[in-house]
Amino acid sequence: MTVKKLGLRQRYEHMTRGLDWETTYQKMDDVFPYDSFEGIKIKDWSAWEDPFRLTMDTYWKFQAEKERKLYAVLDAFAQNNGQTNLSDGRYVNVVKLFLTGISPEEYQAHRGFAFTGRHLRGAGARVAAQMQSLDELRHLQTQVHTISHYNKFFDGIGEFPHMHDRVWYLSVPKSFFDDARSAGPFEFMIAIGFAFEYLLTNLLFVPFMSGAAYNGDMSTVTFGFSAQSDESRHMTLGIEVIKFLLEQHPDNLPIVQKWVDKWFWRGHRLLGLVAMMMDYMLPKKVMSWKEAWDIYFVEAGGSLFQDLERYGLKMPKYADIATEEAEHISHQNWAVFYQYTHAAAFHTWMPDKEHLDWLSAKYPNTFDKYYRPRWELWAEMEKEGKRFYNMALPQLCQTCQIPMAYTEPGDPATICFRATQFQGETYHFCSDGCKDIFDGEPEKYVQAWMPVQQIFQGNCGGPTVLDVLAWYNLNAGADNMDYTGSPDEKIWKEWHPDADAARKAV
Amino acid sequence: MAQVASITLLQNDDARPIIEAILADNPGVRVLNMHGAVKLDCDHSITIKRASVEERLGRAWEPQEIQLVLVSMAGNLDEDDDHFTLSWRH
Amino acid sequence: MTVTAITPDYVKHIEIRDIQQNFHGNILVYVHWEEHLSFCSAIAFPLPPAMPFGALVSDVIAPHYAAHPDAAKVDWAAVNWMIDGEKATPDFGKSLAENGMHHKSLVRFWTPGLTGRAAS
Repeated sequence: MTVKKLGLRQRYEHMTRGLDWETTYQKMDDVFPYDSFEGIKIKDWSAWEDPFRLTMDTYWKFQAEKERKLYAVLDAFAQNNGQTNLSDGRYVNVVKLFLTGISPEEYQAHRGFAFTGRHLRGAGARVAAQMQSLDELRHLQTQVHTISHYNKFFDGIGEFPHMHDRVWYLSVPKSFFDDARSAGPFEFMIAIGFAFEYLLTNLLFVPFMSGAAYNGDMSTVTFGFSAQSDESRHMTLGIEVIKFLLEQHPDNLPIVQKWVDKWFWRGHRLLGLVAMMMDYMLPKKVMSWKEAWDIYFVEAGGSLFQDLERYGLKMPKYADIATEEAEHISHQNWAVFYQYTHAAAFHTWMPDKEHLDWLSAKYPNTFDKYYRPRWELWAEMEKEGKRFYNMALPQLCQTCQIPMAYTEPGDPATICFRATQFQGETYHFCSDGCKDIFDGEPEKYVQAWMPVQQIFQGNCGGPTVLDVLAWYNLNAGADNMDYTGSPDEKIWKEWHPDADAARKAV
Repeated sequence: MAQVASITLLQNDDARPIIEAILADNPGVRVLNMHGAVKLDCDHSITIKRASVEERLGRAWEPQEIQLVLVSMAGNLDEDDDHFTLSWRH
Repeated sequence: MTVTAITPDYVKHIEIRDIQQNFHGNILVYVHWEEHLSFCSAIAFPLPPAMPFGALVSDVIAPHYAAHPDAAKVDWAAVNWMIDGEKATPDFGKSLAENGMHHKSLVRFWTPGLTGRAAS
């Protein structure tokens, strides 16, 4: 007699839901106390679809294979001094921003999915969330391992966990995940699983990692695409969760719509950092932020929301504003970091002529009119020995915590100011999107740890910039300021004396 | 606007037979080559057939193995023993 | 209560972090020079509410915008002011509080004839 092998569907059924049980010593509501307070109504957890049908044994097999491939590349990169083969020393600043701004959020996602994987009562959802929790931890670990090699040669890397909890611009990603993790498990799933992973993560990992490949960073592209192979599973989880919630009960629709609106806008603001990395920090460009936005949000997001229309779900509120901002946001963010370079743990620079021309070509509607004149003014000031710095602290948006540098819809020459009153206090916002989020849950956001306000309250090491930098563990004079004149530039020139000589000859 | 089903795979030897199978089995597929990755787009639906991959690979292949070379995708996933399909059809 | 929380007494546990009492006698003041986007956003200062508006201009605003090529040309008597969304004619001799300013007030100003380089 031959034993017939189980099909994928059957094996998944047995290995996942077949191992689940209804508790009898304790009430199910006591075992799963978190999955009802958000108002989401679930009639039948068994209707949860699991398109990947991945079981834990197969998961370990695939993940082990991915790790073997990744670490072979990391070894080769280190043995061959891969850091000397980058397109330019400036490139490393992308890696620094990635490790300080994104990797700690992988850890936050790990914690968040561990919580969700414990507290949703459907076995299918629980297993998927647990796998994602492990994935996210793997992403943090592989990123730290990869970037530790750069830490041997370049500044601004070694203090990343300390900086994550303190540095002004890192409060942007930190507060984003703090917000998601302090929500209930369903909101977390919509926030991170759907809005971030499904709608927006492609913008981070695909064009950006392709950029790492183009700039000679073999190690980063490898961890990036290795992480991204997990991401497809995460995206599937994200889309399943939203379909499941919408199919379960019509009362879920307004709750889910509110979360989609909120987390789309929060994600759009957060990804402005990536926009700046793509348009300004990659020495060799792959595509502009605007092009990536059109492919991954306008086209892919459009297809998705067309599909979700049948549940009554609409495009996120302010999606049109976000698309308009795709022509501005990278420039506006680079302006922030250029003028606050003394307080950032990576280097900045003004684009050279070739780079300016690329930006003009990629942003025909906006760059020459609004941003090129600013960059040219600053370049002239630099030449005259009056490099432009902003020596005051910026006004921050109470929701996204980014300096309020964004402009009015339809008027890119005027800063967008929004304010609201709550219990006699004034709160300021960069946009209608951020104001709406605050107005939806003011008691949550009045508690925000705003970096500028904390400095003024005396909680950040002292009153001067140097006091605060010391409190950040930021090594002033090495980690911060322009690339030109930095220790990073010095070591790069030592590795490439010929290129340096050629540049001087021109 | 047609809804676009899409799959992005690594540009490497492991992914090549899968990419070739997609090109053969999905008429009208559009290819966007990037550094390190390739994005394959098709209106409404895109599918990978196990038999087509096995033919090119010369060994048994399970659709779940795609996870080793998968970068991204768009569409509702239907995966079974014989195929891996992304589509916007219901 | 608008926050959907599992703890019914959520509001009792919250700490409003930026109340005026936390600023050691100061109020938080935001200032923005319009049509000069070299300064990427409004800038923030903790200031005594008794500070004369004239001192805000001469000791805080002017030096912090001095890096801009237009700064030396500003005629402070001709400036158009807006405080918390309303056009204003502040009395330079009176205090911030007497000019209607409070904790987290926003002061925007326009300098006629000076609009930077393409508003930068």
